[in-house]
Amino acid sequence: MRIVRIPGLIALLALAIAFPFVFPDPAITTVAVFTLLFAAAATGWNIFSGYTGYIALGHAAYFGVGSYAIALMCQDWNIPGGYPPFYLVPLAGLVAAVFAIPLGWIALRTRRHTFVVITIAIFFILQLMAYNLGSITHGSAGLSLPIPPPDWGGDFFNLPFYFVALAILLLALGTSWWVRNSKYGLGLLAIRDDEDRALGLGVKTGPYKLVAFVISAFFVGMVGALHAYFIGSIFPAFAFDALFDVAIALMAFLGGLGTLAGPILGALILEPTQQYFTIQFSENGYYLIIYGLLFLVIMLFLPEGILPTMRRLWLRWLASRKNTKTMPAWPPTSTQPPRATTFRQDAESAGRKDGINL
Amino acid sequence: MKLIVDAIITGILTGGVYALMASGLTLIFGVMDIINIGQGALVILGAYLSYVLQENFHIDLFLGLLITMPLMFLLGVFIEIAFIRPLKRDRTMLSILVTFAIALIIEGVLGLFFSTNFVQLHAWYVDASFQIGGYYLAYIYVFGFALSVVLLAGLYVLLYRTKFGYSLRASMQDRTSAQLIGIDVEQVSAITFGIGVALTAAGGMAFGATTAFNPGSHYDLISRLLVIIILGGMGSLRGALIASLAMLVIEDVTSVLVSPVWASTAFFAILVIVLLVRPQGLFGQLEARRQ
Repeated sequence: MRIVRIPGLIALLALAIAFPFVFPDPAITTVAVFTLLFAAAATGWNIFSGYTGYIALGHAAYFGVGSYAIALMCQDWNIPGGYPPFYLVPLAGLVAAVFAIPLGWIALRTRRHTFVVITIAIFFILQLMAYNLGSITHGSAGLSLPIPPPDWGGDFFNLPFYFVALAILLLALGTSWWVRNSKYGLGLLAIRDDEDRALGLGVKTGPYKLVAFVISAFFVGMVGALHAYFIGSIFPAFAFDALFDVAIALMAFLGGLGTLAGPILGALILEPTQQYFTIQFSENGYYLIIYGLLFLVIMLFLPEGILPTMRRLWLRWLASRKNTKTMPAWPPTSTQPPRATTFRQDAESAGRKDGINL
Repeated sequence: MKLIVDAIITGILTGGVYALMASGLTLIFGVMDIINIGQGALVILGAYLSYVLQENFHIDLFLGLLITMPLMFLLGVFIEIAFIRPLKRDRTMLSILVTFAIALIIEGVLGLFFSTNFVQLHAWYVDASFQIGGYYLAYIYVFGFALSVVLLAGLYVLLYRTKFGYSLRASMQDRTSAQLIGIDVEQVSAITFGIGVALTAAGGMAFGATTAFNPGSHYDLISRLLVIIILGGMGSLRGALIASLAMLVIEDVTSVLVSPVWASTAFFAILVIVLLVRPQGLFGQLEARRQ
């Protein structure tokens, strides 16, 4: 399996690098940049929500903080357009991460529903701040970012953004892979399955959760910063967008929550679809309706996500082909809670690293 | 001083309306262990239904509730059966996303029919006001508060004096045990969801008469309702009532003392402060180990 995987990954990477040269049309590369940005954000979100099972619906807050951080840095330090703002993207991500420390600490004092609701509430607080702290954020008038030099025109304009977005995605993916295969990640998965038991077994659940939360905020903040520079201007309503919260959660759910490649797959499917609908039907509420319906269909018919469903079907097919009873049955029984089994499987695959969990 | 007293009075009166909307939300949570993120959108839908009845059929806002509340009840039952009940695995988390999707669909449909322009409900009691002890008050605040009191009293009787109420409270306490002693928990859930949504029709009418709204208003509304039910303690009706009144009074007083733009921030800041001290809310129970 492993031998197949590495050339496969290199081929995928080559494909991603070649993409903007094969399709240089700005209309297509623009969608590609958005897709990469959302894939990176969903991967970052998944490091926290996917692995710990705490569904955070307020990560648009850190997207917004990243956006405002880069806009303010560019404005105060007189950064010219061009390549320099790209260097500020990681810094903006760090600012978002610093914001996430106290906010995550407060939110993580609670569990389950209350946690979800508090992340939403924190998102609304920061949005209100963006509106109200007019002396810093210019309120609803928003801020504008430096404009890239004119020689970036035409087909070239999207290229730098595309590759920076790809770099963020790769960094997020690498971090996600590392977390998934480390002892730390095992602790997160244990929290997902049974937090009290994990605590009893010596996992420092509090710091574990908070660190994952801050890591995910860092990536979402970087995405927010790059997104802001790409768009060129930010407003409270767009930098802190409730739809963003749902979008990244939906992407992770569609691809497979808590899997490595799931959020990316979800973003590859959903973001171009959403861009298409927004362009076609932005005049009215159609795109909201279609988005909502799509969401419902995924939740009702594919609640596990594409990758876990495919893996289950694949294992079932393997088992039926070998026709032996020694094969680990998956799912074991429908009455048993699936979580516990997932953990065991995760623990095994993390130990063996044979990669059925890609 | 006069302004502060005025703010306290409006706070209490509008707090009653919020209590109505929040009690539906907390009731649904208590019985089914799910959070209905669509509650805000359903309130806005209720407000638009009242708007249509009044504009197109010239039906009085309060009389119109006799039509909109049963309609919204049916809609609630439909949502529960069609979208919530099929969720077998990880219901708690998935239901939050599913109801969010329902909110988006409602927002989209309303945007289609009514555009995004702000509207407000009008009637003689919305525009006229009376004087009491030097304070001017629009009739609608008092009428809306009275409506809330009547409906909440009705809810109390339903919960504590009827057989259905016993079933409902039993399901709230322990879903499995309730099922064991022969209560049809699925049916109770559907009806509870219906009741919770029907209350939004009344809440929406009172909200729409006191505030201008558009299809996108539900984000603001649901964030407030969520804050209220967390503060009160999830699943606690008493907590929801007290938190609604307290929060709206605090918001209105802040808007007089500090500035209207900071009023909502005070609302959220209090949430954070309370949670630092009591993560389970004012009247909630600590989240125990789930098994």
